[in-house]
Amino acid sequence: MDQPIYQVSQVNEYVKALLDGEPILQDILVRGELSNYKVYPSGHHYFTLKDRDSALRCVMFRSQAQRLRFRPENGMKAIARGRISVFPRDGAYQLYCSGLSPDGVGDLAVAFEQLKEKLFEEGLFDEAHKKPLPRYPRTIAIVTSSAGAAVHDMIRILRRRFPAAAVVLLPVRVQGTEAPAEIAGAIRYANRWNVGDLIITGRGGGSMEDLWAFNDERVARAIFDSDLPVISAVGHEPDVTISDFVADVRASTPSNAAEIAVPDQMGLLRWLRGAEDRIAQAEETKLQSCRRRLQTLAEKRVMKDQLAFVQDRRMLLTHLHQRLGDLSSRGVGEKRREFSALAASLDAMSPLKVLSRGYAVARNEQGIIKSYQNAPAGSRIEVTLGEGTLDCTVEKGRP
Amino acid sequence: MAGKKKETQTFEQQITRLEEIVAQMEKGDAELADSLALFDEGTSLIASCGKLLDEAEQKVVQLMKGADGAPVEMPFDTEDETDG
Repeated sequence: MDQPIYQVSQVNEYVKALLDGEPILQDILVRGELSNYKVYPSGHHYFTLKDRDSALRCVMFRSQAQRLRFRPENGMKAIARGRISVFPRDGAYQLYCSGLSPDGVGDLAVAFEQLKEKLFEEGLFDEAHKKPLPRYPRTIAIVTSSAGAAVHDMIRILRRRFPAAAVVLLPVRVQGTEAPAEIAGAIRYANRWNVGDLIITGRGGGSMEDLWAFNDERVARAIFDSDLPVISAVGHEPDVTISDFVADVRASTPSNAAEIAVPDQMGLLRWLRGAEDRIAQAEETKLQSCRRRLQTLAEKRVMKDQLAFVQDRRMLLTHLHQRLGDLSSRGVGEKRREFSALAASLDAMSPLKVLSRGYAVARNEQGIIKSYQNAPAGSRIEVTLGEGTLDCTVEKGRP
Repeated sequence: MAGKKKETQTFEQQITRLEEIVAQMEKGDAELADSLALFDEGTSLIASCGKLLDEAEQKVVQLMKGADGAPVEMPFDTEDETDG
């Protein structure tokens, strides 16, 4: 057999031509798991799609890769779209990928989760960064569309609840490709010119695509960087956006944001009236308690009459005199004993009483002698006894 | 607070001060003379806050960026419906 001998490139070109002529391979969807994902400096993405038994090399050129709405990661289930062809240099066939989307969930959902995780890791959602809202804002900056119901809902509720707060609207587009930059720009502008005490940013309900601007990283970072507290108010109750996580407060709807932003004036007026009653009551209580204290003091006899103490003593004296008078009119012997007892009770604590029990008091010119050191030998002292006094000369002192 | 005129205080400062006064008076441990002074201050704060709320009218503007970048206030038409 005289077989022809081919060049390598001829073989590769032949196989390539075969594959390129196969209609099914020109636009094919392939499901698999991403692995070995690499982004080259050129901007091209190279990766492998795998299933349990097999692998398929894939390339996505820069122009297509730029349109990806999520960040492909190894291990992610994905569906790639493209054409199968041969890369002649390596003699390998591969999928030239024109599109890639997460399998099972939409690419927006994946993008959302990815940005959420990234910003969470960076700490943009940390409670520590949450600023308290002013209780009674003077001016409220609203960053939203000037068209649509949301802005009017907010203004109406703010007016009903707390008209004292002024409203400053910074009109922006809230959907479309320009929206994120406009929203982020308005938030930064509000800070730069300090146009209010707090910012409400958001929009009314819509599809996930409609709300997408509030899942944009630029908006998230503008909210995070804001020195003014930010309330995020996007869509309806179940809608959750990245803005909601970064904002200082999440409102379920724009109307809800207006309710959170200001106190209810009726409640406030009620509180003021209550405060009036309370301080009047407190003052009344204070006065009453002062009056009571004064009265209690006034009722004490010492205060009522400075001579009360003396009077008490005088009454005791009178009483004793009466007793004495009684005694003089009774039998003398018995009465003398009674008198002695009475007198004893009177002078129970008198120094004379102590002396009568056999103690003595020694004195010299300096007064009562309490230490032997105060009575040198040879000095004269006077010793008072229960009855009478002795004049003595000290012979010797002992400690 | 003494010597500071209440006209220069924001509504928030006035309410905060009022809350302090109410709390302090209800504690009841101030001297009589002090509590009378607190009562006077409280009453006048209540009057001024109440007046501010009663007379408040909502002001709404929209901001446009002027030629020099500074904000320019423009009127913004609100839906003049009465609230239900």
